[in-house]
Amino acid sequence: MKDARHGYGGRVLRVDLARGTHRVEPLDPELARDYIGGRGFVAKILYDEVPVGCDPLGPENPLLVAAGPLSGTFLPCASKAHLGAKSPATGGYGDANVGGHLAMEMKHAGYDLFIIAGRADRPCYLVVDDDQVAVRDASHLWGKGSLATESALKRELGEDFQVATIGPAGENLVRFACITHDFGRQAGRAGIATVMGAKRLKAIAVRGSRGFPLADPGAVIRVGKEMYRQLFALPGFRDWTPYGTAGVTDWVNRVGAFPTRNFQTGFFEAHRDIGGKALRDRILVLDKGCFGCPIPCGKYSRVTIGSDEVYVEGPEYETVAMIGGDCCLGRIEEVAYVNAVMDDLGLDTISGGNVVAFALECFDRGIITRSDTEGRDLRFGDLESVLWLTRKIARREGIGDLLAQGVKEAAARLGGGSERFAIHVKGLEVSGYEPRYAAAMALAYMTCDVGAHHNRAWAITYDVAVGRDRVEGKAHRVIELQHLRPLFDMLGVCRFPWVEVEFEPSRYADIFAPVTGQRRSWEELLELSERVWNLTRMFWVRHVPGFGRSWDQAPPRWYEEPALSGPTQGKHLSRDTLERLLDDYYALRGWDARGLPTPEKLEQLGLGFTVPDLERARGAGT
Amino acid sequence: MKRLTVTGEACSGCRVCQLLCALVHFHDNNVKKGAIAVHGLFPAPGRYRVEVCDQCGECARVCPEEAIGLEDGAWRIDAKRCSGCGACVDACPSGVMFTHSDLVAPIKCDACGECVPFCSRGVLELAEEGNR
Repeated sequence: MKDARHGYGGRVLRVDLARGTHRVEPLDPELARDYIGGRGFVAKILYDEVPVGCDPLGPENPLLVAAGPLSGTFLPCASKAHLGAKSPATGGYGDANVGGHLAMEMKHAGYDLFIIAGRADRPCYLVVDDDQVAVRDASHLWGKGSLATESALKRELGEDFQVATIGPAGENLVRFACITHDFGRQAGRAGIATVMGAKRLKAIAVRGSRGFPLADPGAVIRVGKEMYRQLFALPGFRDWTPYGTAGVTDWVNRVGAFPTRNFQTGFFEAHRDIGGKALRDRILVLDKGCFGCPIPCGKYSRVTIGSDEVYVEGPEYETVAMIGGDCCLGRIEEVAYVNAVMDDLGLDTISGGNVVAFALECFDRGIITRSDTEGRDLRFGDLESVLWLTRKIARREGIGDLLAQGVKEAAARLGGGSERFAIHVKGLEVSGYEPRYAAAMALAYMTCDVGAHHNRAWAITYDVAVGRDRVEGKAHRVIELQHLRPLFDMLGVCRFPWVEVEFEPSRYADIFAPVTGQRRSWEELLELSERVWNLTRMFWVRHVPGFGRSWDQAPPRWYEEPALSGPTQGKHLSRDTLERLLDDYYALRGWDARGLPTPEKLEQLGLGFTVPDLERARGAGT
Repeated sequence: MKRLTVTGEACSGCRVCQLLCALVHFHDNNVKKGAIAVHGLFPAPGRYRVEVCDQCGECARVCPEEAIGLEDGAWRIDAKRCSGCGACVDACPSGVMFTHSDLVAPIKCDACGECVPFCSRGVLELAEEGNR
């Protein structure tokens, strides 16, 4: 490969916040060839540059922002930026993904990757305006909500700057803080915003005017137009878009997989009042989309609670599930209001909803008492309880300080049996699918490389199709999805055209050549995605002593307690089933029974450089 | 005359119009060279304001070089005659004569209609009318 110019911004920006300095480097063509972009860049740079023993909140943990080769160009949904760091939520590999216009703008300024190191003396923000880069004082923004910060920076710098910011929760180092961009898109998971807070980096603002070169612009126009026309012709283009992700709420309840009452059950009676139709009929203002998106899932809404009118992008399905079902709020207006409050405070609504639900159950069971709550009662289904906990967490006051550590740590300190219903894997709270009677979905959560997150392998439809507690074929399906879905994050595009509208994913390989000048089949790209999956596994092996099978375990509730109600009432998977799923999964991946990749597998995937870390881990384990 | 029009308030802010415009006219993957403005009005009222050239011809009237002429139903800039003085940019009543540091001449919509079929929200249309 001659260069990494076509399809790429072509440059890497390194910023040292401690010194307030920066350096621009050419993008390494081998990095582009071997890891493509986005998530691939994040995985490789984190592996290479995070020192063993690094405190996720320490200055040596780099914050990465990466675009992909397809981000910002002419094809459906080319919006995605990938962020990463060693996760403060889990201590392992961490990444988060965001749409909007950030990746497009980075590449227009001529960058594929920001690597932000060090910690500033005082609150700061990073401004990148084509070749001009500056670290500026943010004392006037510190303490402000996400929306107010974005508005202020656009007023200060110009509306054509794209802004990614943290809220007070990130400043206060809540471990599930989120980054907000474009007035309502979030890089939500794994506490990447917490790393920003630890660096005292309030926001990143980017503007680019250079554009970036395409290998064959004429062919990009031709193939891009074909892709848009194909998407317009699919039935889902008209049917799915009006309700967005929240449209799936009815189906998830119908199959009894809707997290309800802190995952005590998979069915919420009031689900019709919080789903996509209620959203559209009662609170929608605008279908708001990301860059290049013809199927806008952003359901921009307005609600008034009491005398407070708020605007919020959402609620999308995950928020409906975790604030609606899991905390038992039964009106879309209430869910949207909490969504707005969490967004502005900069709290991930997935972990946020899960943590609040955990606290509500702790109160139910007398593990948290009135002495912890300033004398108030906390109840599922009570908006005031949810809001009180949310604000306490963001400000880290009283019981909120403990809950701000996430459910794993909070349960370890609260005790009283709360570990049995702390719904997390690897320290990351489970998202919006209740999989205690859905084997592939449970396995997907157990093996996801950032902790429990649905987006690497949304396997529940497969469970419903082939038999929910069946083991055969489940590991195979989960692995297939774990390569396919994260590939979109490497390319820098959204997976929704494929997931939601049944767009043929291999079309992205067709446009890869005219964009980058490199011909790559979809199968070759999937192999690179497998490489990245194994590399993120090796990040855990390198950084977490004793890492392996014991970290891939489900929350006990999934195998100890039957669902209380709904279509899965009385059902759950057995511990034995979950262990068999892991056996299958490791064998199919070419990993050993402890969940460690084998040296042969790593060599085969071009990851020979990680073998010394593997040998160290194996030696320590015997 | 041909002119691009904006109907309704359903723009979702995807900016495909800007990107395709730049690709078609400059073979440049650069939304900043598109001849359409998309302004986000957030957090409130939560809309995008789209501004397009209505081919009013004010730019041609003020151009000291007579570099803007009516051709194939739309006002077009002859980049070879343009001095980059910016008189048309200042005079444009809709604020849709755009400038870019790579280019001497401003960027102006020529009502080619390329963007129209790719506006998934149906906001953009091409109106063709007899000579007025």
